[in-house]
Amino acid sequence: MQTLVAYVENKPGVLNRVSSLARRLAINIDSLTVGPTENEEIARMTIVAHTDERGAHRLEASLEKLVDVLLAENISGRALLERDLALIKVAADQQNRPHLMELIKVFRARVVDVAPESLIIEVSGTVDKIDGLLEVLRPFGVLEMARTGRISMTRGNDLLRPPLLDIESSAGEPEVSKVK
Amino acid sequence: MKLTGAEILCEALTRLGVREIFGYPGGAILPVYDALGKSKLHHVLVRHEQGATHMADGYARASGGIGVAMATSGPGATNMVTGIATAMLDSSPVVCITGQVSSKVLGSDAFQEIDITGITMPITKHNVVVTHAGDIARTLREAFVIAKSGRPGPVLVDVTKDAQQATAEFDWDACTPKLPPKRVRSNHDQAEFERAVGLLNTAKRPVILAGHGIMVSGAMRAFEQFVRAGNYPVAMTLLGIGCFPAKDPLNLGMMGMHGEAWVNNAIQEADLLIAVGMRFDDRVTGDLRTYAKNARKIHIEIDRAEINKNVNVDAALVGDAREVLENLTPHVAKRDHDAWIRHINELKGDSAVRDIQSLPDTGHLYAAHVINDLWKETRGEAIVVTDVGQHQMWEAQYYHHDRPRTLITSGGLGTMGFALPAGIGAKFAKPDSEVWVVVGDGGFQMTMSELATIVQEKINLKIAIINNGYLGMVRQWQEFFYDKRYVATPLVAPDFAALANAFGIRAERVTTRSESISAIRTAREANETVLLDFRVEQEDSVYPMVPAGASLHDMIRRPQNPLVETASDA
Repeated sequence: MQTLVAYVENKPGVLNRVSSLARRLAINIDSLTVGPTENEEIARMTIVAHTDERGAHRLEASLEKLVDVLLAENISGRALLERDLALIKVAADQQNRPHLMELIKVFRARVVDVAPESLIIEVSGTVDKIDGLLEVLRPFGVLEMARTGRISMTRGNDLLRPPLLDIESSAGEPEVSKVK
Repeated sequence: MKLTGAEILCEALTRLGVREIFGYPGGAILPVYDALGKSKLHHVLVRHEQGATHMADGYARASGGIGVAMATSGPGATNMVTGIATAMLDSSPVVCITGQVSSKVLGSDAFQEIDITGITMPITKHNVVVTHAGDIARTLREAFVIAKSGRPGPVLVDVTKDAQQATAEFDWDACTPKLPPKRVRSNHDQAEFERAVGLLNTAKRPVILAGHGIMVSGAMRAFEQFVRAGNYPVAMTLLGIGCFPAKDPLNLGMMGMHGEAWVNNAIQEADLLIAVGMRFDDRVTGDLRTYAKNARKIHIEIDRAEINKNVNVDAALVGDAREVLENLTPHVAKRDHDAWIRHINELKGDSAVRDIQSLPDTGHLYAAHVINDLWKETRGEAIVVTDVGQHQMWEAQYYHHDRPRTLITSGGLGTMGFALPAGIGAKFAKPDSEVWVVVGDGGFQMTMSELATIVQEKINLKIAIINNGYLGMVRQWQEFFYDKRYVATPLVAPDFAALANAFGIRAERVTTRSESISAIRTAREANETVLLDFRVEQEDSVYPMVPAGASLHDMIRRPQNPLVETASDA
């Protein structure tokens, strides 16, 4: 499993280009998240792909060839913080509710909606943590689940910043008939 | 200045230096055609939009500039797909402009509406839909920058009809290209560079693998200086042909599936491969597990995604071929590699002597004779545009190109039907050059409707059909690998000479070797298009051949009989 981060132009069609590229390279995507950054013109993607280092290099380099991709980088193997967020609707009656609350506490999750026969639990953390909670909730009856997929960030001084948008393209315009 | 989107489009193309547009009109692009009529742009009416894209491609490859193709929405746009993919696989800068239904009905399955940007996403370097007249000029300028910069490729600009009809302020200076900023990657990795220099200066059996990138980057002079500095033998990919003179003693010729045995054997025996602007395609490597086992590899390549894609390399120099070579050459220590070059020459001796002209005339006409005659008669100076198949390989083997951009062929995609339209495009790019279309009877029948374009445009093209009555390369595979079961390869063709005459084109049928040279001479002297229908030996095969997936040294060699050219015959 390889993790890549990409900064892309925040405009329609870019997600399609990125996912279409992965499909073309026959690389299976495990999770792809996209969201705005502090710069509204730029979105950030975290791509988790089922591939090896070689495949990740190819994906990274091919992504960066897309006009709308400002930067792509394979951050696998670096010191990372990764987060996944899940909303889990679980069946809960009067009897098992206290037991559920205990588990939720242990996993540092929280209840965000209470209904007579169910609860919605919000949990964030690593994939392993969420998978772990899911495992213990299963016997109660998981009715519905929504997960965001992973977002990742390198730790500390290992900065991954997008190039600035306000600079004009430096590439000169080509001549149509170069060789006369 | 207020102009309509259509007028802006024509004005922008004119300012970008476009002279010819290859296209076909239709409802969704009509406003642009109306504006075209008032502009100085010359529109070449094609007979099928695939032809338009191949013409633009041929134009780009022959000129080193950018080719422009135009079509309407729907079927006009989808007909372009094969030509766009051809340009993509061979990194050819083509800008395709398609009309699109009005933005108000986009997505409603309107008449002749198709999602052409969706369709062409994987086969263009970039594509974009324009829905506002005010965005047309900037988008086109950006399209031209993208098509030509870095590793070139096709760009499609889809312009809605309402954007063509609306008016907008036209200010050329205000609409400079504004592409998203890219991370600046330092192309000069000192450690890689030093490793490459070390490999270059210690190699005993080096071979250069010269590719299309040398031509694209205009690195011919830098490349020659590099070759001379290290006295390196040069093997070429199909698209690399012309980047280094064929007549140079260091030029070994084409490598790969139909490369000569000494070229492939030299690669297999090398201790260093220096790949320049090539991508280790399966047609040049054969089985990767046995490919150049003893060789270290240096890869000079502009596209980072090509590094370690097929072949792992020891030093990767990512960047423009010319820049990298100019940096590298001063560090190359002069070495003679005498023993190695002598050894390669010995390998040559074991194979055919290439003087096929001196073979006895048995009355049979072989494609190799025709190509060889064509080379001699044109003194190797023509631009030759080939199709795909046996004749393409024979051309690569027997027409010796000394200058860049004189062989134009569909390498990566292998698109049959490419030659005739691409030849027309090449002629527009180089009106003063002699342009020969060399094409099989199969490929010719795919796009022969463009003969009418030739007549309408009154251009002077020479067409040599290598007519063997088969889809020859497929027949050859059936002969070698399918026990001679010739399924769907025998091919009925019209009388091409009569057909050409019906179009108003001069033509001649050539059936014997003795007629070949005189027919070529007559065609060359004519100040108009001439088509020659060469009826060649039907079941001739291209040798040597590395079967698909076999090791590069594992070649099917020329048999003794019946054979066109062997060392013993000559």
